[in-house]
Amino acid sequence: MKTKQYEIEPISEDTLIVNMGPQHPATHGVLRVVVELDGETVVKATPVIGYLHTGIEKTMESKTYSQVIPLTDRMDYVANLSNNLGYCLAVEKLLDIESPPKAQFVRVLLTELTRIASHLVWVGSHAHDIGVATMFLYAFRERELLLDLFELVSGQRMMTSYFRIGGLAKDIPDGFDSKVKEISRVFPEKIDDYESLLTKNRIWLMRTKGVGVISKEDALDCGLSGPILRGCGVRWDLRKSNPYSGYERFEFDVPTGTSGDIFDRYLVRVNEMRQSLRIVKQALEGIPEGDFIARVPGVTLPPKEEVFESMEALIFHFKTIVDGFCAPRGEVYHSIESPKGELGFYIVSDGTPKPYRVKVRPPCFVNLSALNKLVSGRLLADMVATIGSIDIVLGEIDR
Amino acid sequence: MLTVVIIALIKVAVVLVVLLLMIAYLTWLERKLLAHFQVRLGPMRVGPHGLLQPIADGLKLLFKEDVTPSGVNKVIYTLAPILSFVPAFMVFAVIPFGDKIFLFGRSIDLVISDFNMGILYIFAVASLGVYGIVLAGWSSNNKYSLLGGLRSSAQMVSYEVSLGLSVIGVLMLSESLSLVDIVRSQDTIFNWYIFRQPLGFIIFLICAIAETNRLPFDLPEADNELVAGYYTEYSSMKFAMFYLGEYANMINASAIATTLFLGGWQGPWLPPVVWFFLKLFTFLFLFIWLRATLPRFRYDQLMRFGWGILLPLALLNIFITGIVMVW
Repeated sequence: MKTKQYEIEPISEDTLIVNMGPQHPATHGVLRVVVELDGETVVKATPVIGYLHTGIEKTMESKTYSQVIPLTDRMDYVANLSNNLGYCLAVEKLLDIESPPKAQFVRVLLTELTRIASHLVWVGSHAHDIGVATMFLYAFRERELLLDLFELVSGQRMMTSYFRIGGLAKDIPDGFDSKVKEISRVFPEKIDDYESLLTKNRIWLMRTKGVGVISKEDALDCGLSGPILRGCGVRWDLRKSNPYSGYERFEFDVPTGTSGDIFDRYLVRVNEMRQSLRIVKQALEGIPEGDFIARVPGVTLPPKEEVFESMEALIFHFKTIVDGFCAPRGEVYHSIESPKGELGFYIVSDGTPKPYRVKVRPPCFVNLSALNKLVSGRLLADMVATIGSIDIVLGEIDR
Repeated sequence: MLTVVIIALIKVAVVLVVLLLMIAYLTWLERKLLAHFQVRLGPMRVGPHGLLQPIADGLKLLFKEDVTPSGVNKVIYTLAPILSFVPAFMVFAVIPFGDKIFLFGRSIDLVISDFNMGILYIFAVASLGVYGIVLAGWSSNNKYSLLGGLRSSAQMVSYEVSLGLSVIGVLMLSESLSLVDIVRSQDTIFNWYIFRQPLGFIIFLICAIAETNRLPFDLPEADNELVAGYYTEYSSMKFAMFYLGEYANMINASAIATTLFLGGWQGPWLPPVVWFFLKLFTFLFLFIWLRATLPRFRYDQLMRFGWGILLPLALLNIFITGIVMVW
């Protein structure tokens, strides 16, 4: 049986249709791109997605609000804590509760480290696409440090699920400080190393400058966000323009580019890693004493010590785990600046313990939609470099 | 007469065995070096430090199913790996890897054949290798292979021109096409052509890397764009033959560079053969080092670099050499 949807008619008779993916070394997971080539020039690139569809959004409808958190881990699986944060903030907005300052600081600290981890995966795989396989291993070596920290706080390297509605799953463990300090001591040097391998490398410049260009207007029209948009010179960062989780307390710059090509995106991301380290330092110094989760009976779990001693706390603990909580009727949208761009959660509540509908606004999906604009008229090799520079994670695109 | 033939045959056999062993262990060396550049260990399981890995790989390839996809041109599809494999080995016939030695009262040249057209022979034979790649790309009935084959043919033809021109300076100075004579003309270190022909050496080196399809010029098999380029469809021993050809070409390029620019087997204290291999491995190390460090060129940039920069520079080099000689 033929599926009409994926039949792609060539524009003219002189062109060659090449199918890249879903199993292809340069498509970052299971992206399939049907490329129409005239010689080696791309006439048209059509992304075909859905090969990693896991039905995450649909599954969310049959889980209680708290049970949804582990599902968000599996969307953008290289920036799990960002997904956790986006969802938790959206639900907190729906419930109109706020997490305590300590939780806010730790959330900021960990999501900034997540941003670095995500950018490390990006810089490694992007450089590998252009031929520097060594960069890939260097980036993943440093990412290990971050994953160790995530494991320390949450027990998991990747599927962290560390944030809870109203705060954190548990208090930060001993050794957290020294581990973060080590990271912020080691990383500036490592980022310099990456730059010395790439930033001034002539071949790297030749491959990235003036390639995959998108203008400010087009980028805004396509709804792009994140480093791609900032690479065009638009200073749009939700951490600045719509601060959440106490980002207004921290001092950091939003790096922007000028020409909107691959090289500018690269510089934006590399500088973002440095800025993230700045935020991490400030957050670590500023972590206040106090509760790590808000005390909202019925929504958040009571402290464990009380559960052991008090009957009411035990009942609340039991009921919250078993029944979940009923959110007020209504709908809410909250977005955060994930490493890849604007990650938004739109939640519709019908007053039951389970969300009626959760719609995710994934940055990768929107950014990928500009692919044809970025690559048509360029060479096939540029397309590989451009896909790398968009920084996509298929888990988030397909959900 | 008979002894001459026997000696020649023995030399051929020895060179062939040594070359095959070198290729096998070059793959091991490359994996090990790359691994250490990339903070890994590389092969560690098969034998101590993975020393038996090449043998395991070879055996595995031998026992793999030899798949011939439907729709291929069977004759050419089978011929292509042979065409890329045989010329690479033929080049070694004229490369001198040591001075004369005396065995059983005879003087034996450590070269299979020292004939007065050595360099010309190398270029003639080496350029046959491109047919293997083009035909493989064309006969595989696969779009990736076709693109890989086309890229490769364009690249190799372009860079062969500059490669040929870059050694002309050496030929002018040594006034011979025989590789043995060229080596003898570099009797002291100051006479090495790397110092007398620095520009020629750099151009030669760049072109040699491009000719062997190594990073940063590994476009024909750019795995991120074209899967595996021209040998996407090949499996088993046919695949292995492309690999053998490629690594043999790497050794060839290093051997030619050693002979033409680094004074061949000559050097103090150590035996000539040892010097030859030391210099050879310096180049091989460089090849691997580059692969660990550099990104890949884009196709049009590569062509522009070859025709727009290297070719004029090579011509300029000949011109300057000529002027200096006449003066």
